[in-house]
Amino acid sequence: MAKESAVKTAHEPLFHVVKRDDMSAGKAWLIRVATIVIAFILVGLLSVLVTGQEFGKTYEIMFSGVFGRLFEGHTTMLWKYLQEIAILLSLALALTPAFKMKFWNCGAEGQALMGGLASIICMIELGNKLPYPVLLVVIFLTSILAGAIWGVIPAVFKALFNTNETLFTLMMNYIATQIIAYYVYIKGGGSNVINPVAEGNLPTIAGNDYLVNVLVVTVITIVMYVYLKHSKQGYEISVVGESQNTARYIGINVKKVIIRTMIISGALCGITGMLLVAGTDHSININSVGGQGFTAILMSWLGQFNPFIMVVMTAIVVFLNLGVAKVADTALLNSSFSEIMVGVVILMLVGCEFFIHYSIKFKHKREVAE
Amino acid sequence: MIIQFICRAILLGVPLLYGSTGEIVTEKAGHLNLGIPGIMYVGAISGVVGSFLYENSCGNDIANMNPILAVLIPLACTLVGSMLMGLIYSFLTVTLHANQNVTGLALTTFGIGLGNFLGASLINITKSELPSIALTKTSSFFAAKLPFADSLGAVGKLLFSHDFLTYLAIIIALIVSFILKKTRVGLNLRSVGENPATADAAGINVTKYKYVATCIGSAIAGLGGLQYVMAYASGVWSNNAFGDRGWMAIALVIFALWNPSIAILGSFLFGALCNANNYIQGLGTETQELFKMLPYVVTIIVLIITSMRKKREHQPPQSLGLSYFREER
Repeated sequence: MAKESAVKTAHEPLFHVVKRDDMSAGKAWLIRVATIVIAFILVGLLSVLVTGQEFGKTYEIMFSGVFGRLFEGHTTMLWKYLQEIAILLSLALALTPAFKMKFWNCGAEGQALMGGLASIICMIELGNKLPYPVLLVVIFLTSILAGAIWGVIPAVFKALFNTNETLFTLMMNYIATQIIAYYVYIKGGGSNVINPVAEGNLPTIAGNDYLVNVLVVTVITIVMYVYLKHSKQGYEISVVGESQNTARYIGINVKKVIIRTMIISGALCGITGMLLVAGTDHSININSVGGQGFTAILMSWLGQFNPFIMVVMTAIVVFLNLGVAKVADTALLNSSFSEIMVGVVILMLVGCEFFIHYSIKFKHKREVAE
Repeated sequence: MIIQFICRAILLGVPLLYGSTGEIVTEKAGHLNLGIPGIMYVGAISGVVGSFLYENSCGNDIANMNPILAVLIPLACTLVGSMLMGLIYSFLTVTLHANQNVTGLALTTFGIGLGNFLGASLINITKSELPSIALTKTSSFFAAKLPFADSLGAVGKLLFSHDFLTYLAIIIALIVSFILKKTRVGLNLRSVGENPATADAAGINVTKYKYVATCIGSAIAGLGGLQYVMAYASGVWSNNAFGDRGWMAIALVIFALWNPSIAILGSFLFGALCNANNYIQGLGTETQELFKMLPYVVTIIVLIITSMRKKREHQPPQSLGLSYFREER
């Protein structure tokens, strides 16, 4: 008998992986937080390796790169930080309903650019012709419309023919980019810039340029949370995401849900475009969104489709981005170093999910029973 | 004029061909690798770093350089660099069952950052005034043409005037096509991508196939980055110059209906479309910008048509984008 079990164990692998659903939310978050802490230490170590700066000093520089001289009462950098969070977060929020439906909208970049294009066209063409409040409403509505159209085109084909949406939305980004390039060339008179437009800017509250953006995104965050968690449509989205067959069985019109959700997703991207163009830059170029549409995909996913967790995740990533860029800058290195670090941290966070959803069972000695 | 246009289209198309051949191999194993743009960046910069070190070790005299080493060192660096990226991707998606889209996009962020960072560091080292790094000597070995190309007139120019990486791209694409269609390994690989559970039951080592396919695919894609720097840009690396070619390579996969032989022609067509704006007479710069969207529009049209026709052999691998966990039935 003992001989037989010895033969058996020889064929058993050293360990095997088992799926688990039983990990408590608290423990899962403990793992994620621990990963973030480890990731931050790693970022510090890598920075030390590259810059030759002291370990502790690295974090000091990182902090100063994000908050500036906050403690001495200078809030400029803090507002810049909040602004960056607001933009990235609003794109991530826009993508979330689509992702929850398992519709991989990789087109936030293009949808935001089209929203921004609508804003700048209104600002330039209607700037002097409409009273300010009317102009703002027109900008708001056209931006939403432009983003929604850009988002709904892939959705219609997905609903009708099951066309691959990942690649469709990706391609739509580049078409949008070229349209912007075309428009900028015409309006910029041959140069690659449109001078900042004075008309149709979003209002500044208490002399603060970014407060409006931050407020708008705060509202979107709360509304999105309620929409996903407590509305009938939010429920339909999650059912379609879990299983289209189930959705059909319980009488959900899957095509309608796909198209409706992408209109919402595109419209929110359009609003982000408006925040960028009418609220921040007062101009547009092909890099206005600057790749944040792609980072937003990661943010939405890392936030577990929960708007409030997304706030934390974007805050962390933007912190890394600005902080590490400052570290690299101080050492006269290229600021792309921050992209590498963001990549490392996200890859680690993606990897840590494994330990939450699976457990590793090591081979243990079998007791010889008989 | 027309010959020049075609040659240019081929030159522009080759990085896309490498990228899409690599992506096809990966996708056939069921993995949608959106990290390809980053991997191509890393492939390019690894080659640049390799040849930079070799050029520096040889001093300033081109005569000191051994042509074979000058080609092999960057080539090896590119292969190793991009394979490592592939390894990261497959470790996360195959072993750790991470979401493929998210992993791929993070890898792209990482790869582009790494490329730009190393590029900028090399520029710093050379103390060059231009924001670029020129490896013209190494490039001259890469861009070496067949000696009789020019003496054969138009046909010779069309067929024989390219750099060796162009021919290598076509050969790799044909070989991959052959392996996928005609060999047991190819059959196994396709079955892994279509239905890993069935493949597993048939005794195919799914994990091994996924790993190997992803790493080889990444290595092939990385060569595209090298070809871009060494042949197209004549050895000049400047940050972000590679642009969105990686995404176009992914688009080309669909255009080619997951068949590398079609990708050969497709890549030349894409090259031509990218370049058409320079050859059509009387276009203003603004209209040229509009023309640049042609490859993307064509891809979307192909995407829609293939999804409408629903021909079985033209569909993506069935389990594309899904992770396979043996104990999950």
